[in-house]
This record gives sequence, structure tokens and C-alpha cells, in this order.
Amino acid sequence: MANQGIGQAVRRKEDFRFITGQGHYTDDINRPGQLYAVFLRSPHAFAKIRSINTDAARKMPGVVAVYTGKDVAADKVGGLICGWTVKDKQGNPHKAPRHDIIAIDHVRHVGDQVAVVIARSTSEARDACEAIEVDYDVLAPVTDVRSALKPGAPQVHADAPGNLCYDWEFGDKASTDQAFAKAAHVTKIELVNNRLSPNPMEPRSAIGEYDSGTDSTTVYTTSQNPHVIRLILCAFVLGLPEHKVRVIAPDVGGGFGSKIFNYAEETVCVWAARKLKKPVKWTSDRTEAFLTDAHGRDHVTHAELALDKDGKFLGLRVATMANMGAYLSTFASAVPTYLYALLLAGQYTTPAIYAEVKAVFTNTTPVDAYRGAGRPEATYVVERIVEAAARELKMDPAEIRRRNFVPVDAFPYQTPVACVYDSGQYAKALDEAMKMADYANFAKRKAESARKGNLRGIGICAYIEACGIAPSAVVGSLGAGVGLWESAQIRFNATGSVFVYTGSHSHGQGHETTFAQIVSDKLGVPMENIEVVHGDTALVPMGMGTYGSRSLAVGGSAIIRATEKIIDKGKKIAAHLMEASVDDVAYDKGIFSVKGTDKQVPMAQIAFTAYVPHNYPADLEPGLEASAFYDPANFTFPAGVHIAEVEIDSATGVTTIANWVAVDDFGNVINPMIVEGQVHGGIAQGIGQAMLEGVVYDPKSGQLLTASFNDYCMPRADDLPSYKVGMIETPCPHNPLGVKGCGEAGAIAAPAALMNAITDALGTEDINMPATPQNVWRVIQRQNLAAAAE
Amino acid sequence: MYAFNYHRPASLADAAKLLGGASDGKFIAGGQTLLPTLKNRLASPSDLVDLTGIAELGGISASGGAVSIGAITKHAAVATSADVKKAIPALAKLAGGIGDPQVRNMGTCGGSVANNDPAADYPAAVVGLNATVHTNKRKIAADAFFTGLFETALEEGEIITKIEFPQPKRAGYEKFRNPASRYAMVGVFVAETANGIRVAVTGAGPCVFRHTEMEAALGKSFSPDALKGIKTDPAKMNSDIHGSGEYRAHLVGVVAKRAVQNALG
Ligand SMILES: Cc1cc2nc3c(=O)[nH]c(=O)nc-3n(C[C@H](O)[C@H](O)[C@H](O)COP(=O)(O)OP(=O)(O)OC[C@H]3O[C@@H](n4cnc5c(N)ncnc54)[C@H](O)[C@@H]3O)c2cc1C
Repeated sequence: MANQGIGQAVRRKEDFRFITGQGHYTDDINRPGQLYAVFLRSPHAFAKIRSINTDAARKMPGVVAVYTGKDVAADKVGGLICGWTVKDKQGNPHKAPRHDIIAIDHVRHVGDQVAVVIARSTSEARDACEAIEVDYDVLAPVTDVRSALKPGAPQVHADAPGNLCYDWEFGDKASTDQAFAKAAHVTKIELVNNRLSPNPMEPRSAIGEYDSGTDSTTVYTTSQNPHVIRLILCAFVLGLPEHKVRVIAPDVGGGFGSKIFNYAEETVCVWAARKLKKPVKWTSDRTEAFLTDAHGRDHVTHAELALDKDGKFLGLRVATMANMGAYLSTFASAVPTYLYALLLAGQYTTPAIYAEVKAVFTNTTPVDAYRGAGRPEATYVVERIVEAAARELKMDPAEIRRRNFVPVDAFPYQTPVACVYDSGQYAKALDEAMKMADYANFAKRKAESARKGNLRGIGICAYIEACGIAPSAVVGSLGAGVGLWESAQIRFNATGSVFVYTGSHSHGQGHETTFAQIVSDKLGVPMENIEVVHGDTALVPMGMGTYGSRSLAVGGSAIIRATEKIIDKGKKIAAHLMEASVDDVAYDKGIFSVKGTDKQVPMAQIAFTAYVPHNYPADLEPGLEASAFYDPANFTFPAGVHIAEVEIDSATGVTTIANWVAVDDFGNVINPMIVEGQVHGGIAQGIGQAMLEGVVYDPKSGQLLTASFNDYCMPRADDLPSYKVGMIETPCPHNPLGVKGCGEAGAIAAPAALMNAITDALGTEDINMPATPQNVWRVIQRQNLAAAAE
Repeated sequence: MYAFNYHRPASLADAAKLLGGASDGKFIAGGQTLLPTLKNRLASPSDLVDLTGIAELGGISASGGAVSIGAITKHAAVATSADVKKAIPALAKLAGGIGDPQVRNMGTCGGSVANNDPAADYPAAVVGLNATVHTNKRKIAADAFFTGLFETALEEGEIITKIEFPQPKRAGYEKFRNPASRYAMVGVFVAETANGIRVAVTGAGPCVFRHTEMEAALGKSFSPDALKGIKTDPAKMNSDIHGSGEYRAHLVGVVAKRAVQNALG
């Protein structure tokens, strides 16, 4: 057991079933009498629906029902909701136009649901979809934020004039203006944060099932937060009693944020299952995933940094246009506001910051949280402009950062954008990363590349992010419609094995291992005797789910609180067994003892006694289980430094990543192997964003041009380098584990590090992500950098 | 996918008969192009006639200064064939660079050539090496085979049986991959053959083509430097989100030089 506790690289318990093909995903589940839903989707980006004729489709073989938006409306089904209300500059709530689960009079993006066929097989449902006749009045669409904000642009929603969802501000404008007035130097930058498609390996899937005998509904769905889905479905969309609905999110094959949200398809499955009294299943195909899984990012930003003559940051001004897509997805409004502007101080002491964000509707797939959600966008702004400023001032980019870091003795540190950073060692991470990257000898390597006719660049990203957003009262005051606590329950069996119920959800993060390690460490139970249960509202009492790297900091802390309650009760039982006073009982790693004696009882005996209470304290309840809720006092603030080094073939524009160093501070680390894996995956996604991925819409037709992997370039193993990963552990001072969160850091840090390296090699800031070979080559042509040899 | 009848004949004659008897039949070999098309409901043939059970369409043989590759030979078999590696290493390299291991172990030489995807690799080798396409009806010279975007000289119901690649003095293939699909954004096959230099370009235009200006230049001096300054017309190139006509035209020059370098070893 010594090698199973906190800090050990324990192999993942869940991997056996995944690697041997025994994972149990939503699409693997089939219910008796199950029917299949297939959606007819809009081929147009924007159109008025004149009429829909489903007569022929209804008569097709195997068809049980064909529904349109009108059928849904007749049942008084609510629209999908946005769970976070952002207030604009004037204090007015954002515009959240109705989002019907099947379109009624307009379709607003390619892929919007127009009708659903429910049939005995998927192929019969598909056939019938083709027999539905829709008469569209096709309208001119608008797909990008700049065009959408222009006067005369197509209006996506009548009740969002000018396509504006909100015009929001944060920070102190007056003090920021003053900072710029006294600046010795101002650096300006224009940035596009490219739109991404989440592409989890497992596509979305859902089954709705209704039991009329008990009037209860079961929903199987690919969700990162089954309790949240239950709450939204019950309280807002379908109006069902929460105690009559069970939501199960079994094994889920990746989410990256896209499976946080309540989508139309799962809602339709539940609604139709109740109507037809038969289970209704839908599984997305890959094209539908590209068209309907909420996308990420899509910002256009102008930023300005004011500096004094020594390179000290005086002020930062940021103006961002954020694409919301055609409708407001579940948490869309929070991403470019509270998850973004609050991080604009970065790791620095910039005293004045002001941000304005316009959220904009367009005829595109809705945009919402995607790995990092707001923090990658903020980091990209801060770290690109800091690097650009260093170049303009001819300062070493490492040195300009060092001059501006929040120093180690300044914590807790209040930023001008609301955050109170709790802990960090920013300069230490930079030093360590520079050593690992052999930063000092970069010039030699650059000269060597030049001899081969290649360009070489190095880029730094010193990121900070905020995880486990909380406390509930604070997020509530900012517009969140939910609390952001987490729950845990620990239940011993009489034989000493343990169930751990957590409201966090694991869809690749390895909770079944990490959480078991915590319990093993605290309660002295061997790993193999611990079962972590998650993803079922009928088993887990309550939960808020997994996103924003919150599971360990919030869900893990709730588990700790539950272990403390177990130990407290255990002491009472132990005191009775050892005929001592409770105050004299000590506890350490599964052993209760009487201080100053050699008397002791192990946890297993306590558990047995609790369930077979023959010799038991008179005033104590039997049983050994404890529930706990944890509402954090603050965010956690993981931070670190990534350094990327690239070599560019000047003849083709092909960029090769020559070196990658990541030094991260996630606080205490429970399982270094899992943490390193999360870092690797995050960097891969960040490299994907910076060099490979990008959703492209045809601006005229609004068609999605990157609707398959033939055109949407996912990172492959050979696109990626071997990473050098280092850790600094500055414990978080306000949660019981001292942990901060690691799930998104790589995706947050990587784009800026890589683009800083590429722009260093190219000698210009003027290149957008993804820096594909063609985009890099164009800059090479523009800058006349092509090696004479070619 | 729509429903269809499936046939797996054992002889060429039966295959031709089955297709002739179908209202809207199609041959299927590795299915790596056809199956995705069917799954996306972009085609609805009445019958699929599977060619992979016809023994005479298989196999690789090297003799008389040529390598013959049966139509149903998988890309992986070509990539790893000792005969191909010895006689025309550039061809083995080309086959080994197609798709991924799954695709290489299903996709066939004949299917690729019959399909004539503008971004496919094989057409560059067929034209670059001046190969002969054998069918159940005739022999077709490389220069007459590829007629346009997804178009070939094959008639309705005509089956490729094998492709005969003459052994060159030396040859090189270089592929610049489309970052997303990994098909050729530009692929150049350069060969010094008994009848002179041939330069075949795939991926860049709507159909594989010979770069006669490069052929002439390499005829004078078979070296990368000989290609310096030779331009390719961007207007004749494909243009998409991955590469404009200008970029592709530029890449043709770079990739051709690297192909010559490969041929020189
Ligand atoms: C993920 C992926 C990546 C790929 N990457 C590449 C790549 O990098 N480079 C590349 O070149 N290709 C690539 N391909 C295509 C692959 O090489 C296919 O194998 C090839 O294009 C078609 O061969 P097939 O045997 O699969 O043919 P099928 O899909 O079975 O058939 C294709 C067409 O050819 C016809 N046909 C097949 N055999 C014959 C015959 N003997 N006579 C007459 N007609 C025939 C069929 O009727 C059909 O119309 C890729 C495919 C996939 C799925």
C-alpha cells in the first residue's frame, strides 16, 4: 500500500476495461423495444421555413413518428437555456433568443434541427428523413463577428438587434486610460483566436426511456455533468419533477467541454420517449458532430499594452468580439466574460486593466466552453502582447516577464480584475523552464538552422489560469444560475471495502484512480478495495460535474471532508473498543490507537463493528458512511511556463517543433503519471489549435467547409514532439489537498508559446492561427525570408 | 448506406457478367474510397461486385525489366515487396506513404488507379514510369489513361487487371501531404526511363499531369539545380482551404527538386 497513496504514479484502474474494449458507452446500451431517432438538418445557414411536408415520410417502412418544431411547441416544451446571465454595460441582461429543440420558423446554422424521424432502425429513419419535403426561403447568412456587427448585416434573431448578445465591460477604464497617458511605450496587437471543433473520440449519444408504471424517466447521455443535465431538463426545458428523472452518463469517451451542455438531441429523445412510451436512442455521426457539438474560441481581439521605459507594464486595454454562433449554448455567455477578462492580469503586476467584450450572434454552430474556456483566449492575448512588447523594446522576452511577475512575497495578490491569486512561484518556473530548454544556447541552434536554409524561433508562454471556479455566492453574484460546490459520499461495507460516490464525472481524467488514491491514503484502505462511483444521479446524491479542471480541487476536497467525518466517527467506535476516551484516540493511515499505549484497532475492524454493532457505543448510530459538500473559498490558480522551439522549412513553410518544455505548478500532485498525461493531452490540443485545427465557414453560403477529418486537421502523433515536463509544487493554501488543477493547462499555454516561437522565427507578429504550412509560407514570401538555396 | 446486392465472383468473366446484369452495378476492391461514399449515402448502386476474390487479379511479379502489380494488390503488399523494393524503390516508397496502416492493408492499386482521385499517389507513378494499364479488354498507355478529374479511359464495366511498370534507370517520389487528409497536396514522381525523363505531378491540379518543361530541363542535367527558375502556372492548379493555386504551384517546384534528390539517392 505504500505505493498507492497520494503522490504515487499508480496505474489507472479504469484502463483495463478501456484497453480491452470493455468500456460501456452510451451507444453500447440498448433498451428493450428501443426506437431510433434521426434528425433532418438544415442544409442552409439561414433560411425561413415556409412549410414542412412529412406525409410521405410518415408512411415509410419502420417509421413510428415524425415530429417537427410545431409538435414540440404544442407540448409546451421550453427552449434550451443559457445558465449564466451576463449583464451588459448598462446593466441589462444579455439577449438570449429562444432556442427551440426543433426549429419552428427559421433555421440559423447548417445542421440546425428541422425535424426528427423515429423509426425501428436508423436506416429506416434516414430513409424517411429523405422523404421529408421542406420549403425554405433561403436568406443571406453572416458567419464572422466583424461582418455581423456591421450595419445592414443579416439579423440572426429579430430580438437581438445588430446581432449583439451583449456589450460588456470589466475593469477600471479611467485608471487604465491614465496608465496609457503616462506610458513611455504602447504595444498594439490584433489577434484572432481561431474557432475549434471539439472532436471527442466518442460522438454524442442519448437514450430517453419512460416507465409509465412509475411515471419515471431515465436518460442515458454522454455528459460531463449528469446532475446538471437533470436539473436543466427538469426545471427549465421539459418541466419534469426532478425525483422522477434519472440521468446516467456511463463511460464517456472524452468531452473537452462539449459534453457539459444540454443539447437539443438528448432533449428530443426524452420528450419523444415519454410521448411514445418507448425508449428512443440517437447517436451522432461524425458529420453531425462537426455540425452540432458546441465549438470553442472564435474571438477577434485588439489589445494594447502600456509600458514604462524599463518595460514595466502600466496598463492593458482589450477589446474582444466573441462569436456565440446561432444560439446561446448552456454556458456560452460566461466564457468570453468571467472566464476570460478575470485572467487578463496573467502572472503580472499590471496595475490597470480594462476589457470590453461584444458577444455576437452569427449563422454558425453555437460556441461554448472548450478545454480552457476563456483562459486560453486570455492567455493568448497576454502572452502574445507581452512577447511583442519585448521585441519592440529589444528586451529579452524572459527578462520583461521577470520584471513584471507577481513576486513570491506578494501573495495573496489582488489583481485589478477581481482575482485574488493565492500562491505561486512564477520566476522559479521560468528559470527552470529556461534551463530545461537550454534557452541560453538558442542563438547557436538558430545559426545552425540558418546554415541549412531554415528559420528557427523560440517562444515563451507564462500562463496563469483559474480552476474550480467558486465560491457559489460569488459566481451567483456574477450571473451563474447554479452553485459550484461538489459533493462526495463515502460508504464502508462491513468487510472493509469502500464505495466512493462523487459528483465529479470522469471522461478520460482518471478519477477512478486519483480519487481512490486519496481515500486509500486517508483511510488506509487498499486501492483494490475502493470503488469510485460516478455518473448516475440515482447513485450519486448530488453533483455539479467535471469542467474547468475542478474535479480534484472541488470534488477531491469534498472527498477529504467525507474522510474526516469517517475518521471522527471511527474514533468514537475505536474509543469504545479500546475502552478509552475519544480524546485519547489518535488516528494515522487506517490505524486508531490510544495515545501513549500500544493499543490499536485497524479501520477494517471499525467498519465491521459499525455494521455488526454487538459491542458498540450506546449513543452512536450504526453504520460507517459520510456525506460532504465542499464549496471552495476561492478559485485555484495553476500557473507555469511553457517554452516552444520551432524550425521552419523556408521552402515550404512546414514548421517542425524542435523542442517543448513545460514547467507547471499544479500545487500538490496526487498521481504524477496522470498529471503528466493531462499535460501531454492539453499541449497536443494547444498545438492543434496553433498549427493544425480551425473551423472554416464559407462566408457567402455559410457552409461548414471543415465538416470532416479530410479538411479539419486533428493533431496526429507525428505532428507532436516529445515533451519535457517539469513540476513545481506550491500547495494551494485554501483547499485541504493543496491542489490546483491540471486538465486544461496544456491547452491554455501551448498556443501562445508556439505562436511566439513561430513569430520569432518569421520576424513578424502578423500571422494567424492555425499557422499551417500555407499560412507560414505566405509570411515567408511577404517577408522575403526564403533561403537563397531554394 | 442504402441497401444493395453483394456479389463475390471468382473469375473475371463472372465479374463482367454480374456487372453487365445489374441495373446500376459497381465494382468494389478495397472499399477505401467507395465505402465512405456509400456510408454517406452519396451513391446508391444496385449491386456491388467484389473483385477481391478473383485470384488472377492478385500478385506482384518482376521480369523482363518490368514490375507487374495485380489490380487487387494491397498498398501494404507493394510497400513491403522485395521485388518492388529492388526494381523500383520509389514505387515501394509511394505505396508505403498512402494513408495509414488500415488504409494500406485494405486499399488496392487497381482501385486507386481506377478512381483517379486528383490527390492520389499512384497516378503519379503510373504516368511517371510510363506504365501500362492492363484491363480485361485491352492495354492502355499511361498517357492515355487519366483523362480528367476522377475520369479515366475505362469504359463501363471494364476491369483493371494489372499495371505493368517498366523499371527505370532511376526514379524518385516526393509527396507533400495535405496536413488534414494526408493525401498528396503535391506529389511529384521523377524517372529516368529508357525513353527519357518523365516528371508526373499529382495533387496539384485536377488530374495528374506531366511537367514537360521540367522533363526537358532534367534531360539536359539530372539534378535539382536544373529545375531552378522553372515556374508552374498557378491558374492551372487546384485551390482549396489548405493550399491556394499559388502555393501549390510553388510547391511543385520544391517537391520536384526533392524528388530528383531522392532519385539521385
Ligand atoms: C483515410 C484514408 C486515407 C487515404 N489516403 C490516401 C493517400 O494518402 N493517397 C492515396 O493515393 N490514396 C489514399 N486513400 C485512398 C486509398 O488509397 C484507396 O484505397 C484507393 O483510392 C481506392 O482503392 P480501393 O481498393 O479501396 O477501391 P474501392 O474504394 O473499392 O473502389 C474505388 C473505385 O474504383 C473502382 N475499382 C476498384 N477496383 C477496380 C478495378 N480493378 N477495375 C476497375 N475499377 C475498379 C470501384 O468501382 C470504385 O469506383 C485514402 C483512403 C482513406 C480512407
